[in-house]
Amino acid sequence: MNLHEYQAKDIFRSHGISTPAGEVVTTPSAAESAAARAGGPVMVKAQVHAGGRGKAGGVKYCKSPAEAREKASAILGMKIKGLTVEKVLVTPAAEIASEAYVGIIVDRARKKPVFMVSAAGGMDIEEVAAKTPEKIRYHAVDVRYGLLPFEALELGFFLYSDAKLARAAARVMQQLYAAFMGSGCSLAEINPLVVTSAGEILALDGKMVIDDNELDRRPEVEALRDVSSENPAEVDARNHSLSFIMLEGNVGCVVNGAGLAMATMDLVKYYGGEPANFLDIGGSSNPEKVVNALRIITADANVKVILFNIFGGITRTDDVANGIVAAIKASPLKVPLVIRLTGTNEEIALKILAENGLNASADMDEAVEQAVKLAKGGKAA
Amino acid sequence: MSVFIGKDTTLVVQGITGRDGSFHARQMMEYGTRVVAGVTPGKGGQQFDGVVPIFNTVRQAVEQTGANTSVIYVPPAFAADAIMEAAAAGVKVVVCITEGVPVLDMMRVYPFVKEHGARLIGPNCPGLISPGEAKVGIIPGRICARGPVGVVSRSGTLTYEVVYQLTRAGIGQTTCVGIGGDPINGTNFIDCLEAFERDPDTHAVALMGEIGGTDEQEAAEYVRTRMKKPVVGFIAGQTAPPGRRMGHAGAIISGSAGTAAEKIEAFEKCGIGIARRPIDFVALIRERLK
Repeated sequence: MNLHEYQAKDIFRSHGISTPAGEVVTTPSAAESAAARAGGPVMVKAQVHAGGRGKAGGVKYCKSPAEAREKASAILGMKIKGLTVEKVLVTPAAEIASEAYVGIIVDRARKKPVFMVSAAGGMDIEEVAAKTPEKIRYHAVDVRYGLLPFEALELGFFLYSDAKLARAAARVMQQLYAAFMGSGCSLAEINPLVVTSAGEILALDGKMVIDDNELDRRPEVEALRDVSSENPAEVDARNHSLSFIMLEGNVGCVVNGAGLAMATMDLVKYYGGEPANFLDIGGSSNPEKVVNALRIITADANVKVILFNIFGGITRTDDVANGIVAAIKASPLKVPLVIRLTGTNEEIALKILAENGLNASADMDEAVEQAVKLAKGGKAA
Repeated sequence: MSVFIGKDTTLVVQGITGRDGSFHARQMMEYGTRVVAGVTPGKGGQQFDGVVPIFNTVRQAVEQTGANTSVIYVPPAFAADAIMEAAAAGVKVVVCITEGVPVLDMMRVYPFVKEHGARLIGPNCPGLISPGEAKVGIIPGRICARGPVGVVSRSGTLTYEVVYQLTRAGIGQTTCVGIGGDPINGTNFIDCLEAFERDPDTHAVALMGEIGGTDEQEAAEYVRTRMKKPVVGFIAGQTAPPGRRMGHAGAIISGSAGTAAEKIEAFEKCGIGIARRPIDFVALIRERLK
């Protein structure tokens, strides 16, 4: 789960990291009064779960409250990478002397949190890593000891030769590590960490990604979820324990298991089609899940055909067949349905389908090829 | 022969009285796995299905039955502790089926398991099966057959799909290992490739990877430099958008890293046969077994 900049900064602040004050608003007039309260020039920043906000015109410097109003009015409602900006952060503009990057990620290969620190701040860190890798210092943390003081100081001195600044930066490293561990992050990043012209260290922008597996035990973090910034169909799916991601194609896919779901999408592409979604109904074979899956997929107007690919191991294929029949009875499909189903209780499933005028293939390639053909307006084989 | 589990496997089931634990304990027993103990704290002294003694702790189970392998079906909040309990009790192979274990937990678990000399498989995995010898986990026994192919995969049902295709084509398996779909897992592709390379009965390996991380790229390099046996690979997620978690916690393209394209390229460079579709494994493996 992604957090907004203002949420990440709230968490940073609670761990003692200095960040500029700010207010989150949803209207241009509220942006104007927030800017007036801040006094002096402000930044108006789109709060949306997308990178590259600045390049997209979602971050603006404003000299006056009137300008803040005008800029906020342009930013609110704008689309950045397909996501509508619903709110902006109004925050005092800082006078920047230098910019650095400090981030922590879960390093899968090292199986540890790894610090990435660079004096080349304010830029895309992937770009820095690709073009000037020598400008980044990495440090893997043994979570059983945490970030040791000398390690934090080494990182501090990598950024600043001035001892006072290095010590202040080392403190930020410790605080960011505490925030990372304390919220169950897979990524926590300050970009840029700035030194102001007054010599103060400030986190000017923040990003946090939470490990979804942490949310059950951290209700305070789950409470930060911004449903308004997510795709409504994906929210609906999550509420029904379905793993669903909407894409732009026209072959709707219902599959059991994430690996098979991805392989099915890939096979759609292999046969010249485009998948409309990723959808994993999971291992349990509750017919209710199938009903919800069909409801969510058929709501997508792009979908021209629905493809089921079920390999029954733990999942009982008769449960899936019952779910399909129940869903169609409740609301008849307007698009063709192609079913591939094999495995546990396959004979019962095929009988249930046949009794309701449906047939199924046992072969994945055959089913996918047929679905792609139907999506293109062709006749079924 | 087989890898990690086989005829000598004596199994303790952690969470044997739970819904999933009891169901799969029966399935494993039916398959012929020697299930010698179960663990559910507070139910020590009882019997599971009248034949398997239940203990309060893994240590008691190991001391009294000599179990050398454990399988874990407990909720995610308790999984990390269950893994460490098994390793501390001297279990050599610990298989964690549980999905949803936080990655920060796994960072503590991994070094603990290593220090205790245990092998962890998973979490978030279907377990493993050595056809005709033993099954530990949830892979359906009837889709497998004994034979010369080692199978290793990050996925569950995709593995079943491929194994089923192989079996139908008359190509059996030594061992099928599901290493799990999480970003940090106990056993990676290289661990399995190493074991298959050593196993005299394995003559070819089928490897199913997916987007996210660099495990496949490192495995490819291992195949190129250290393996004599042929390997055929598949990568799921060629159509996955970047930045989205595709069901598995580990199946995510971060920035521009961990794409299917870069993994397939690594396979090609290292002499791994590329299955473009799951069905392609059959022909590619058959060719390499000749």
